[in-house]
Parts: sequence; C-alpha cells; structure tokens
Amino acid sequence: MSQNLPAAGAPAACRILLELNGERRELEVQPWTTLLDLLRDQLGLSGTKKGCDHGQCGACTVLVDGRRINSCLSLAVMQDGAKVTTVEGLAGADGLHPMQAAFVRHDAFQCGYCTPGQICSAVGLANENRAHTRDELREQMSGNLCRCGAYPNILAAIEDALPTLRGQGGDA
Amino acid sequence: MNTLAAPVGQPLARVDGPLKVTGQARYAAEFGAPGLLHGVVVCSRIARGQVLRIDAREAEALDGVVLVLTHENRPPVASYDKPYQDDDAADGSPFRPLFNDRVLYSGQPLALVVAETRELARHAASLVRIEYRQEPHQTDLLAVREQAHEAPEPPPAPRGDFAGAFAAAPVRVECEYQTPVEHHNPMETHASTVFYQADGGLLVHDKTQGVQNCQRYLEQVFGLQGRIRVLAPFVGGAFGSGLRPQYQLPLAVMAALKLQRSVRVELSRQQMFTFGYRPRSLQRLRLGADRDGRLQALAHQALGQTSRFEDFTEHEVDWSGMLYACDNVQLGYRLAALDVYTPLDMRAPGAAIGVFALECAMDELAYAASVDPLELRLRNYSEVNGNQGKRYSSKELRACYVQGAERFGWAQRPQAPRSLREGNQLIGMGMATGVWEALQMPASARACIDADGRLQVSSATADIGTGTYTAMTQIAAAALGLPMEAVEFRLGDSNLPQAPLEGGSATVSSVGSAVHQACLALRQKLLDAAQQSPASPFTGASLDDVAFANGSMRLKRPPYTALALERIVGVSGALEAEVRVEPGEQRKNWATATHSAVFVEVRVDEELGTVKVSRVVSAVAAGRVVNPQTAGNQIVGGVVWGIGQALHEETLIDHRLGRYMNHNLAEYHLPVQADIPSIEAIFVEEHDSVVNALGSKGVGEIGIVGVAAAVANAVYHATGKRVRELPITLDKLL
Ligand code: FES
Ligand code: FES
Repeated sequence: MSQNLPAAGAPAACRILLELNGERRELEVQPWTTLLDLLRDQLGLSGTKKGCDHGQCGACTVLVDGRRINSCLSLAVMQDGAKVTTVEGLAGADGLHPMQAAFVRHDAFQCGYCTPGQICSAVGLANENRAHTRDELREQMSGNLCRCGAYPNILAAIEDALPTLRGQGGDA
Repeated sequence: MNTLAAPVGQPLARVDGPLKVTGQARYAAEFGAPGLLHGVVVCSRIARGQVLRIDAREAEALDGVVLVLTHENRPPVASYDKPYQDDDAADGSPFRPLFNDRVLYSGQPLALVVAETRELARHAASLVRIEYRQEPHQTDLLAVREQAHEAPEPPPAPRGDFAGAFAAAPVRVECEYQTPVEHHNPMETHASTVFYQADGGLLVHDKTQGVQNCQRYLEQVFGLQGRIRVLAPFVGGAFGSGLRPQYQLPLAVMAALKLQRSVRVELSRQQMFTFGYRPRSLQRLRLGADRDGRLQALAHQALGQTSRFEDFTEHEVDWSGMLYACDNVQLGYRLAALDVYTPLDMRAPGAAIGVFALECAMDELAYAASVDPLELRLRNYSEVNGNQGKRYSSKELRACYVQGAERFGWAQRPQAPRSLREGNQLIGMGMATGVWEALQMPASARACIDADGRLQVSSATADIGTGTYTAMTQIAAAALGLPMEAVEFRLGDSNLPQAPLEGGSATVSSVGSAVHQACLALRQKLLDAAQQSPASPFTGASLDDVAFANGSMRLKRPPYTALALERIVGVSGALEAEVRVEPGEQRKNWATATHSAVFVEVRVDEELGTVKVSRVVSAVAAGRVVNPQTAGNQIVGGVVWGIGQALHEETLIDHRLGRYMNHNLAEYHLPVQADIPSIEAIFVEEHDSVVNALGSKGVGEIGIVGVAAAVANAVYHATGKRVRELPITLDKLL
C-alpha cells in the first residue's frame, strides 16, 4: 500500500518513539500525518475524536507530557519522544479515572462525542492548577465544544473531581 | 402491580456511560477493516449551472488513488423521485447525488475521490478540476419575498374574524421578526463506513437517526432489496441532521459497489454546511387585545425558504393558534424557492422560530397593555387547543408558570425596562412559554429472556445522546421486576424490530410503549411457562394474581409463592415476545402537547453591548419522566441551544457567490462553556392517561422552545431595546 504523494522529493516516512498510554511504541509515520490521524487511523485508537480537524472544537484533546493539546493541530513527528495519553489510557487497573467517574456520576454528556476531549482537557486543566473559581473553570474549558449542551453537568463533574486531582501533576 | 414502578422515574446513570467516558463507544467512522478505502467529496463552487467537464487526470495519476467517481461513471441508480423519498422527505423531488450534470446549490457533491488513505484522498480531491457553465442564482430570501407560494401543508384554517377584531381592539401590536439560517453541527461529522460483503451485500455503519430509513433508501435507490444492513449503535449528536440519509451515504455505497470493496466517506466540518439546515424566516405578528391584555385577534404570517427541488414545510405558525385563548385567528405560511439545498428539521423544527416570534410579540403586548408578562400569559391561558377545538389530555403549564416564577424570583422583577443595573451592567429579566407536540408513532419491540434469566430487549431506534438506551432499560426492568444489570437494550440495527425515526421527542412515547408492551407480553409467557410444571402453585392464576419484583414472579395471594424468573426459564428455556404498538384510539379525542415556562436573566454591558445570560429556570410539563437525570440533561441542552439561537448562531451567506461564508466552528458560533450560566430544569408533576400507556411525552425539543424569546425579552427589559432579528449581537444593541 503506497502513501507516497507524487511530488518530486516527497519526504520518506519517519520513525518516531512515543510513550503512548504507558507503552513504548516505535512508529513509522508520514511527515504530514497529524497526531490525531495517527491515533485514529493508524493505531485504531478512535477514543480521540475529530470534530473539525482545525483546532476549533477540542474533540481531539489529548495529553502530551501532561499538557492538553489539540491533536489535530500537531504533526505526529513533532511528538517524537513525548509521553502521550489518550482517553483510552486514563482508566487504571482499579477502574475509571476519577474524572471519568465524575463524568458518569454527573451525566456530563449526552452523545458522548465531545466527552473524551472534555475529560482529557479537564485532566490537563487540573495539572495546570490555574482555575480557582467557577468562572475561571468555565473560561478554561471553553476550548471544548459540546453541541449537546451538557456544559453545566460537565462543570459539575470537573468541580467534583478537581480536589482529588489537583497538584497530582499526573495524567493518569 | 404497577408496571411503571422503580427504576422508572429514578435518576439513574446512563447505561452507556462507561463506554462513552473510556472512548470505547464507536461511531460511524470508527469501524475499520483491512483494505478499507477512503472517500473524500469534491463540492460545487457555484450555486447554479451545469458541470461541463470534470478533469480528474491529475488525481487519478497518483499512486494509491483508486477511483474518481462522478455522475459519468457512477453505478446505476434509480431515476424517479419515489425511491429517494425517505421517511422525512419534503414534498417534491429529492436531491439525487451524482445523478447528472446539473448544479443545484453551492456545496453540492460533484465527485468522490477514493484512495487508500484519507490523506491521499484529500490531497487528490484538491487536484480535481471542474469546469462549469454558470447560471444566475438567487440565495437571498428578502429578494424573493414577493414570489413566495403557499406551503404544500397549509397551517390550520382561520377562525372568527381576524380583520374586524384586530381593527376594533383597543391595544394592538404589530411587528416583524427575522431568524437566520442555522446549522445542526453535531460534534461528530456525518460519515458512512460501508463494508462490502463476500456475498455482495453491504454492511453499513452510518450516522443516522433511523437505520431502517437508510436501509430502505439504499435498497430502493440501488435496487438492493434484502442485501443491506445498517448499524448505528452510537451517534455523535444529530438534532435532526440524521433524519434523512445524507449524501455521504449513497456516495460511499456507489464507490463500494463500483469497486466491490469496503469504503468510508467522512465529511469535513466545512461539508457539514452542504446539506440541511434550519431555514431563514420572516414572520409578521399582529396581536389585538382588550385593555386588560386579553387577546381578541391574532395573526401570524411566516415566510420560509426552501430549495428549488423540494418544499420544506415545518409547523411554524400553528403554535400561535393553540397556545392562548383567542377567537379570531389567522395563520399563514408561505415558501420561497432559492438556489440552496432543502432545509431540514432541526431541534424543535418550526417551534424554535415560530414560538420565538409569538412570545416576543406577547412581551410587546404586555408592555402595550401595561400588564406583567407572566400575568398576561395567565389571562390568556387556554385548556383547549384552538386549532383543533380539543381539550388537552393534560396541561400543567400553570404549574410551570408558578413553580418557575417562584424559583426564579419573578415577583421581584420591576416592570419598567432599564430599571436594574450593577455598575455598567444592565440587568434584565424575561420570560416566555414553550410548547411542543406530544407525538406517538407506531413502533415494535422484542423482549427475550434467556435461560440464565437475562433480559434482552431491542428495537431499531437510535440514541443520539437522548438517553434511549437507559430509558428503555429502565422501562423493561420495571415491567419485569428485574435489576438494571439483568437487562440489556439493543438499538441502531436495521435488523431489529421496526422503529420510527428517532425524532420529534417521540421515542419514549413510541418505542417506550412498545418496550413496555413487549415486556408485559413476556410476563404472560413466563406465567404460562410456570404453569406447565405439575402441581404448580401458579395453576389457575392470571396476570392480575401475580407480581414481578426482585427478579421473581410472586403470587399475590396465599401461598404467596415466589419463583425466580431464572428458575422459570431454567425449565422452559428462553422465552420471547414481540409486539407492535400503534398510537391509541383515545388520542384522537384529545389535543396532546408538552409545555414549558422559561425565565431568563441577562446582563448587558451598557458600553460594549455584550449580552451574557446569567440565570435560567425552565419549568417543564412533559408527563411522566422516565429518568429525571437524563431528561434534565435534555432540557438543559435545549436551553443551551436556545441561548445559541438567541445570541450566537447564524450561517451567513455571500449572496454574490451564493455560498456560506462562516462554514466552520470558529466563525459559526456555538455556545461554549463560558457562555452558559447555571440552568435549572424543573419537571412539574403531570399525569396523562391519554398520550400513551406510559404517560410520557418526551423532552428532546421542549427545552429549546421559548428560550430565545425569553432571552430577547430579557434584553429588552435590560436595555429598553427591542431586537427583532436573531441573533442579538452587540452591533444591534449599540
Ligand atoms: S478536531 Fe481538533 S480541535 Fe476540532
Ligand atoms: S455530549 Fe454530545 S457533543 Fe458533548
């Protein structure tokens, strides 16, 4: 199966190393492949969603070295050597991540399509430790659209889980 | 025994929650197979004309591009209208993708580039050159308002003498409202993955609100009767966008048939603006009242846009003839055809915009008559749907007004505009009424209890985030007295028992009734089975003599024997019942509707004109609520939609090009977390023995209806400015 574009001098596939959901992965990626497409198409990790492919919706949010990023805006090759955590990597052997559990408890979703992005974003937000009021939480979660309009429950879930996560500095 | 006991009515967590929070729930574009091909659509750049030539040589020359599909090389498809008419088709001639060289609107799919990877297909799509013969187009509703025609489905007939009563009324209000085009924009874009099976059949994963609607459509369009199965276990939002098969579905099927391979077609966010939408509207309201504000005359005329090939009709003005008591009513609804795609039902179609206009006009009347807006609604309260001359089967709207006003603190509101402020923030409070129909459609369900005592219930409905999985599980668990964990509900598979489109807030009413009845039929089978064993204590007992609870069937009279269902099926083997439920005859004598009262507080920055909704209370009367948590979430979501409608959403068209300008999520503004305040949803108690056996009316639409009007009315109360054109952006307030 060829993925080569015809342009003369098209760059060859690159090898990168990721620590993906706690597992070392050596991967071959095309230089134009986004981190999002790598996850969804190449690795079958479809928990990370695509809502716009343009950095406008947050559905593709993942954690890179504990920081939340829009994976559609990053080329996979840019993450060589990074530690990437997706929604599939949050739950531990002992069950759901506290943020996931809070989302279930508070019914913080409807269709569930924005949910992995919301959850990763909320975990990243906990690591940042910058939001201290409700309005700050709202502002700092505003990069994650929810067309179903589950915002109040999302906020409640985050407020509930935040105290247990704050300052842990982890992503799992 | 009450078959609607717990867990019906309990705020249980969604049964599909764990799948959704761990990323395991899979949507239409997330099913794969080795060798799956990817299709990317090439859309028209002109709004009207003809395709002269499609030059795909450059694209086809790329290694890994397997096909460029156009109207010239597509597989055979039906040509008459009928096969394309799906369950939600508008009147007219449905759009036929890649049918011929005619361009009917900007964004129309003209080619599908299929390649081994999506990136390659996307790149190749950018290399396809299309030559057009352009014709003059018209996309501006305002420019054609004089050329409108009657909608094929006319509004309710006039009653009384509007003209006379309006002329004689001492208090009169006459205004025009405008609402823009809006797009559904579910977070998941539309996608279809088509697996080409060894036997030539197709297994299709589609983003749809009706798997059987898509199945029938494909069977008819491609002549593939009995060879199509459509699945949609999870749908990433739809709000109406999945009511009709969208073009990516037939395109993916065409490619799969032509290549005899599996193909996925995923639309981009930009392409989410190339099919149905909420149509732009112009509405004229005339209200005449006596000095106390009692309505004497009401006229509501609406103009909607449609395509040149179909007449899209929604119930836009009908609400004005049924919400309040008024003897002299005149309703009108006309359509104007433009070079655009056909509009499509979008959350509370018709009501979201029609009730906006009515409820703003009622607020204007309240000021014209110097009556409190809530008091005005109470003075015009009606127990009868005036359009039909029938009483409502239940209508606890009065309780909505009372409880909503109480929670909100409406009594403290001064009537005069601009009377509340905090620094440079002008504070305003507004309210509105909401109404939606309480429909029921024929639906079927199957209930099967296996030899281990596990209950599996199924119907070909959908869960687009509405909570269908959970609500149906609760209804089934209640009917058979089983714990939630022992029940599994399956949906989203065209092979399952017939279900209507998941829309119009009718799923609990329709499919829920079928699930309930199927479980009741299964009770009888369980009793029959128990009676098979010799000397059974159940011999001679009828269903009235037994109760189902705690996983057992129990005699309600001595010797009060209880038998675990597991033990019954342990002997009999699996038992199954399938039923079809039609709307009850009793419904014909009654009007049925859900109602709400919405109270909104806004803060408007006096210098900047920015509007922030700071508080919302929505009190809803929707009959029995199966799950207050998921239903409450639906109401809150509807309110968020109403805030978006009031303040943010508008798809802008450049009429010179006939093309949308803001077709992305940066420039089409959806409400974000920071836009949304605390929203309180209240369900008032409402008993209804007419709507259906469950007494449930559905909550998917009612949450949005009235919200935009309540926001607009609050903005007036804050600023003294009436904005009659949505969305209320700051330029309209400065
Ligand atoms: S898909 Fe990345 S921000 Fe929308
Ligand atoms: S849950 Fe559907 S978009 Fe957020």
